[in-house]
Amino acid sequence: MIALEKRPQPSRTWAWASPLLAVALTMVLSGLMFAALGKNPVEVIRTIFFDPVFSEFAWYYRPQILIKGAPLVLIAVGLSFGFRAGVWNIGAEGQYIMGAICGAGVALALYPMEARWLIFPLMVIAGALGGWAWAMIPGLLRVRFGTNEILVSLMLVYVAEQLLAAMALGAMRNPDGMGFPGSRNLAQYTSSANLDLIEGSGLHWGVVAALIAVIFAYVVLSRHLFGFHVRLAGQAPRAARFAGVSPARMILMCMGLSGALAGAAGLFEVAGPAGQISIDFNVGYGFTAIIVAFLGRLNPLGILAAGALMALTYIGGGIAQSSLGLPSAAISLLQGMLLFTLLAVDVLTHYRLRFRKRSLA
Amino acid sequence: MDLSSINPILLLASLMVAATPILLAAIGELVAERAGVLNLGVEGMMITGAVVGFIVAVNTGSPWLGFAGAAVGGAALSLVFGVLTQYLLSNQVATGLALTLFGLGLSALLGQGYIGVKAPSFPDLDVPLLSDIPVIGPIVFRHDPMVYLGLFIVLGVWLFLNRSRAGLILRAVGENHDAAHALGYSVRRTRMLAIAFGGACAGLGGAYLSLVRVPQWTEGMTAGAGWIALAIVVFASWRPGRLVLGAYLFGGVTVLQLNLQAAGVAIPVEYLSMTPYLATIAVLVIMSAGRSPGSLGKIFHAAR
Repeated sequence: MIALEKRPQPSRTWAWASPLLAVALTMVLSGLMFAALGKNPVEVIRTIFFDPVFSEFAWYYRPQILIKGAPLVLIAVGLSFGFRAGVWNIGAEGQYIMGAICGAGVALALYPMEARWLIFPLMVIAGALGGWAWAMIPGLLRVRFGTNEILVSLMLVYVAEQLLAAMALGAMRNPDGMGFPGSRNLAQYTSSANLDLIEGSGLHWGVVAALIAVIFAYVVLSRHLFGFHVRLAGQAPRAARFAGVSPARMILMCMGLSGALAGAAGLFEVAGPAGQISIDFNVGYGFTAIIVAFLGRLNPLGILAAGALMALTYIGGGIAQSSLGLPSAAISLLQGMLLFTLLAVDVLTHYRLRFRKRSLA
Repeated sequence: MDLSSINPILLLASLMVAATPILLAAIGELVAERAGVLNLGVEGMMITGAVVGFIVAVNTGSPWLGFAGAAVGGAALSLVFGVLTQYLLSNQVATGLALTLFGLGLSALLGQGYIGVKAPSFPDLDVPLLSDIPVIGPIVFRHDPMVYLGLFIVLGVWLFLNRSRAGLILRAVGENHDAAHALGYSVRRTRMLAIAFGGACAGLGGAYLSLVRVPQWTEGMTAGAGWIALAIVVFASWRPGRLVLGAYLFGGVTVLQLNLQAAGVAIPVEYLSMTPYLATIAVLVIMSAGRSPGSLGKIFHAAR
């Protein structure tokens, strides 16, 4: 009989190895799924994980990795603080939408003024503030009334989606758009466009922000008192309270930080790759970022790698969809599988397997 | 705007129908939570139940077999969660989220060929004599059998939890798993059974959406119903009786806003569609006084 024995310290080796093992396991499991769908598993997996980087058309796909990866990393870095401290903000999708709406609102209000030095920074601030404010609702309700932040933040995703639809069809609709839903194209308005800094590289301001967030989070978590408090609150809540860490302040800080980063991610997306406020603007980055945060082991550098991998599955999934006829749902299934296998193999980080004969208790 | 077009009798009658999917999913989750398991995957199990039930019903032509298939599908998916959280000791919040993401993907994949297909009809059950009572008859006694089955399940759960020895063991496991383990009860087995029951009920709730309420299959059709079910469990303070109240309250808000949309109130549709979610938040804020089961969401590892 196999028994689990708790390790005195989480294993450092397995902390690194388990995400890799999870990716390998996911490839095997998803390969079985692809085979069941009547596709050649090796070909599909090669298309998803290798073609975007190594195929002859990789010059076209590589910039896409930055474009898809940036919002994932930006949101996941914010979430990782809360997840470490036991604050579960799972409504990042809603905060992402609100960031986009607020940022786009600034640009549309000032249209057609030509002042990029003023408008673009204002949009970034408005986007981050929008996400922050949306995250403060579950944060404050939790602190003030003890309301469950998981459920409230999630309910607010649905509210934000409805608000997005209302904006795309109503207040923010393009007056020159001949009645079609959707706002003016922000990527074509020079004061608001979030275009590539180097032509054709995919490197827009959101990518820069994501990289800054990773470095900032790394420094804060390993060198700053706040980072220490976050880790303490997660690992030993009672000890944290004795050390003077206020749980309420911790909740508000973590919610606010993740909300602001998700809002900024939404703004960079709406001003660049997406271009406009439309009904189907959000594509689930806020939820996928949860997988990214866990796959990266809540570590900023890990999140960077996990974000790149997850971006790969989006792009490779797109290629597999057009060239091999793979249904798009198979990719979201693959992403869900990845989180499952990761959580499953994570047992090895905290526990040791012991093989022993069954004995009478 | 013409508010007089809203028929109060029809409104109350459709309230019971609107509340049923949430009630079914919530009663399953209530049992799991009373056993100390926080399964945030209700949404994923519901939508899987919705698609499995739909596929089985369309292919066999029998809604009843569809419901049975949905229950099996929901339970099977919940067992993945069970194995991960109970045997591989993973974090319940993260695993539940994974279950929801996985279920949404799985259902979209399974349901590909079924978009636009019509479900076999599920006739209403006119309770003899009682359905002829004026006013109350059409409101309470002219629904499909699942509406009543849902209420029977709630009654059964209440009896089980409060009047049976097995229910007492289940509550003990949920209140303090270490003590229950020390008394010789199998924490894992109790929890696996509770999780499977939760999954089966969530599957039924999902199938009710795709077979009766809509009745069609569309991707993401649960639209947060599973999360609302989780909120209603909190609202009910983990008590079956209050659960019915919560589900009907929610059903009332949903039906009312749909009726207002149909009556052409001067508020844009999008703002009316927000109300069920806002109402859920309001309810959570007002009713956050309940005490949750002592071991809720905690990992159980029997150290030797």
